[in-house]
Amino acid sequence: MTILRAQDLAINFGGIKAVDGITFDVNKGEIFTIIGPNGAGKTTIFNLISRIYQATSGKLVFDGDDITHMPPHRIAGRGIARTFQNVELFEHATLLQNLLLGQHAHRKTRPWEEVLFLPRVRVAEREIRRRVEEIIDFLDLQHYRDVVVQHLPYGVRKVIEVARALCTQPKLILLDEPSSGLNVEETEDLSFWIRDIRDDLGITVVMVEHDLALVNDVSDRVMAVNYGRLIATGTPADVQNHPDVIKAYLGG
Amino acid sequence: MHGGRSMAEFLQLLVNGLAVGCIYGLVALGFVLIYKAGEVVNFAQGEMMMLGAFVAFTFIVQFGLNYWIGLALAVVVMAAFGGLLDIVVVRRIIGQPQFSTVMLTIGLGVMMRSGASMVWGPETRGLPSPFDKTVLQIDGVVLSAVYLAILVTTALLCVFLLGFFRFTRVGLAMQAASQNQLAAYCMGIPVKRVLSSVWALSAGVATIAGVMLAPISLIDPNTGAIGLKAFAAAVIGGFGSIPGAVVGGILIGLIELFSGVYLPEGFKDTAAYIVLLAVLVVRPQGLFGAVGRKKV
Repeated sequence: MTILRAQDLAINFGGIKAVDGITFDVNKGEIFTIIGPNGAGKTTIFNLISRIYQATSGKLVFDGDDITHMPPHRIAGRGIARTFQNVELFEHATLLQNLLLGQHAHRKTRPWEEVLFLPRVRVAEREIRRRVEEIIDFLDLQHYRDVVVQHLPYGVRKVIEVARALCTQPKLILLDEPSSGLNVEETEDLSFWIRDIRDDLGITVVMVEHDLALVNDVSDRVMAVNYGRLIATGTPADVQNHPDVIKAYLGG
Repeated sequence: MHGGRSMAEFLQLLVNGLAVGCIYGLVALGFVLIYKAGEVVNFAQGEMMMLGAFVAFTFIVQFGLNYWIGLALAVVVMAAFGGLLDIVVVRRIIGQPQFSTVMLTIGLGVMMRSGASMVWGPETRGLPSPFDKTVLQIDGVVLSAVYLAILVTTALLCVFLLGFFRFTRVGLAMQAASQNQLAAYCMGIPVKRVLSSVWALSAGVATIAGVMLAPISLIDPNTGAIGLKAFAAAVIGGFGSIPGAVVGGILIGLIELFSGVYLPEGFKDTAAYIVLLAVLVVRPQGLFGAVGRKKV
């Protein structure tokens, strides 16, 4: 069953066609990886899905709804979460506060209720905290709960960003180069977590990734793009042996 | 023989300095709120205070409404004005060089000043306050209730803002948007709407400052020049720190009043800036500022 469908998706920046008419489907419950050389348009596709960029043409359908023109702040509530290549956290807040903010889209209480801390708010807060603690346990972040994020090492901050994305209770998570900047050991942990996110939490994963060992290890399907165009889709092995993909990476 | 009198004088200066400082602090707070949220320095913050005072003047003196109702209405009207200013004008310039936003807000300030003198005339206006005639006498020190009211109102407002930012969803969304707009979007925070609310909030705070200032120094379209002193207060406090802004304001208020009496003529208006320079030399990030280096 398709959870996300991009149809003839395109965006131009001036004369540059960063994404040039790409069509793809992501099935519910799969791990779908986008690969391609630098500047191929991978992150741009993510920015289109999370609505930070407005598509020049084409259509995005998520879980049965057309989200092509949905305002970016409604995407989280609709069930799409993401991480960024360079880690975009609330640097001056603690890990716990970052994760609690992940629940923002799902809070329905009103300001005066919050100021008076009415029972309704207390119940909601307790439920939010319970969910956040589940994610903290899931990703083994207990040690860092009350540490201000900017003081933590890069590898941990990358995991925190995944945790925060999970706290928005997504159906689909977009991971933008999750392994960049991680050491070998951390990358191994990452491949387990990505599978657990899908298997235990039932979340569909779309990722952009350069580490081919990781790609082969976890992906169900791979899509290769170059110059904003799709070159191949299929199993990791098929795509990597595809002549156009080899040409894109090696030139010629 | 001077002992008693100078003690009384000292206490009086202290209370008055604190009160004037609170006004600076509240205007500085407006600077800081807007800067933290959207990295825009609003040089029209002083003019917003002046406009707020005039709007309150219209409701209370010209329409003859009850003081508190007039004040509340003025805050609401000015909050709407502040929010609209962001939606209609300021939002469009986000992403342009910092210089453009500086010119824009200075220009807005000039327009507000001339607008005010067209609507309300250039003459000085007074705004009666319910505390006007009440005077407290403690140990020979005469304290005017108007000044004490300013201290109490500022304290209450600070507590309110603290609670608002710490415990409400909107307040937290404002903090989040000020730390990382991209991430805030992904958490489901409507960043643009949040920024406009910050403008509304700081216009409302400026209005309260203006209404409190009116009974002690009268208002005219040039009252907004206080914004310059408030700006200094915000810088001393570390531009970005809310408690810093209030403390910076109070510091400037106290320095101004004390140097006016205890130092030779001419120091009243310059002492605050001398302290500003000293702070910038010794502690460039301000008294409360986090180290402002940008990581590359």
